[in-house]
Amino acid sequence: MKLLRAILVRLMTMSVTLIGAAVVVFFVIRVVPGNPIAMMLPPGATEDDVARLTALYGLDKSIIEQFWIWLTGVVQGDFGTSISLRQPVMPLVLGRLPATLELAIFALVIAVVLGGALALTGVRHRETRTETAVDVANGVGLSIPDFLWALILIVLFGVLMPVFHISGRISPSLDLPFVTQFYVFESVARLRFDLWWDLLKHMFMPALALAIPLAAIISQLLKQSLKETMHLDYVTLSRTKGYGENHVILSEALPNAVLPTLTLIGVQFTFLIGGTVIIERLFSYEGLGNMAIDAVINRDLPLIQGIVIVFALLFTLINLAVDMMYALLNPRLRHA
Amino acid sequence: MTAFLTVNNLSAALHGYEQRVLRSVSFSIDTGEVLGLVGESGAGKSMIGKAILGILPSAVDIIEGEILLDGQDLEKMKPADRRRLIGATAALIPQDPLTALNPSRRIEPQITNRLVDILGWTKSAARVRALELLNEVHIDNPERVMASYPHELSGGMRQRVLIASAFAANPKLVVADEPTTALDVTVQKQILRLIRELQARHSTAMVFVTHDLGVVSKVCQRLSVLYGGKIVENSSVADFFDGPKHAYSRALLAATPKYTDPEASLLPVDEAVIEAVAAEVLAADREWRHGG
Repeated sequence: MKLLRAILVRLMTMSVTLIGAAVVVFFVIRVVPGNPIAMMLPPGATEDDVARLTALYGLDKSIIEQFWIWLTGVVQGDFGTSISLRQPVMPLVLGRLPATLELAIFALVIAVVLGGALALTGVRHRETRTETAVDVANGVGLSIPDFLWALILIVLFGVLMPVFHISGRISPSLDLPFVTQFYVFESVARLRFDLWWDLLKHMFMPALALAIPLAAIISQLLKQSLKETMHLDYVTLSRTKGYGENHVILSEALPNAVLPTLTLIGVQFTFLIGGTVIIERLFSYEGLGNMAIDAVINRDLPLIQGIVIVFALLFTLINLAVDMMYALLNPRLRHA
Repeated sequence: MTAFLTVNNLSAALHGYEQRVLRSVSFSIDTGEVLGLVGESGAGKSMIGKAILGILPSAVDIIEGEILLDGQDLEKMKPADRRRLIGATAALIPQDPLTALNPSRRIEPQITNRLVDILGWTKSAARVRALELLNEVHIDNPERVMASYPHELSGGMRQRVLIASAFAANPKLVVADEPTTALDVTVQKQILRLIRELQARHSTAMVFVTHDLGVVSKVCQRLSVLYGGKIVENSSVADFFDGPKHAYSRALLAATPKYTDPEASLLPVDEAVIEAVAAEVLAADREWRHGG
């Protein structure tokens, strides 16, 4: 009963967030100058042509009216038609979403593994040169933004030592047996590891570029909270029981120290997904972010709206997942 | 009878400093005996307990002396062997029950983990032992407590759990580090009685660190008074309360609050006495430097 209530409250706040995002994106992109109709017509089109096309896309109605038409459509799952691609928005967006999700998840995995390993190494060898080295690595990772990391990686592993692909999602010469857009997952499910490997070679650099700053933040915060936890009484008590340093760090300190890091990962993961927009462009990776930039350039209002709503939905779902994980790991919150 | 724990001439200093925080401390404890370590805050009484259990802060170095636990010199052992020996034969009853239990784990593994991981018991045997111990510390509903998380228990209950956990492996030595300071007065009495009861039943050697002479009179047979990391008086409890030999001990005893006359006894220790004992500590330091 209590759980049901909590879920209902949660769904309510989520829908409020989504409606807020819908309102903001709808009005903001209409305030910005630029006319999608002008982008579509060839030079020398008559007034008549402009008026006809404007009416066709409903752009002659008042903004409030347009918003109402769009919102009623969205509620029924109809996000309108892309102006530049002349196809329904939803299938376009859903077709690209898996590529971005796979990239973001891969980046998150790299960030957690890298950041976690750095933090644990730093704590295991605290107050030594190793910890200083970890601090320096964190500082470098944090002070260079993801798109610069992308360029650095392209120069290093795309040009000087070409071991990874610098462009696209998969080599165009390959035959694709896929029925879903989740290529990485499907290639594993079909045991096509040749395709899987090719996908990873394409994904590795954009994912790493996205992951490095996040890894540095994770490492910094986790190391700090681990070091604080290492001084707590229950950690000291477990030392007197005969446990060594590794056990004390991993089983006593880590489960408690990881909680603030988890919240941070949730927030930062949404930033990381935001970062895919630029990174996908740099690597010509055919994901949602790349599509978003095209949509903005073409003033494709319905497509921009659709992409933003999908991103907003993704962000609220991530926040939900983080809260649920937090409750799972922290017994003090479980019955609250 | 040989002493289970012998501390010989133990000196410790902060890393990189010459000034000692423990000054040639020596004492020994037999099986079944309780030694009180008393002194003001910062006198080094907890530091001794930590040194025995191998949990000194990394900034503190032992610079001299030996700690013999069950006849083995801890300082000469490999760290892993030392940890195992301490884990198998000694235990700590910590000061603050609110922070000494891991908040994200249930009570059961926090009592049984030493038995299973360090001493190689089976899980079921350790569980039986834990239930038995929770009965010994007078917890009515041991099954439920074992399945609880620390935040679901009161401070007194948590201290009972920690006492049960300390006695789990039948330790030969227990270090109680001000085990009642963080509890309220009514609970303090019960916990003291409980510690005394378990100590007597298991005939454990015990180091009882406290600043409360009232507690010492109830729990200990002998006591050592510390000032500035130096033992200024060793005495049996009976002799001590008849009349301490050292002026500082007398002042300390006079400063103990009495329920009959609370106002009169809440006086600080006389400054002249402090100066005298500080001078004594410094004189001992000079002598130590010339000797060593």
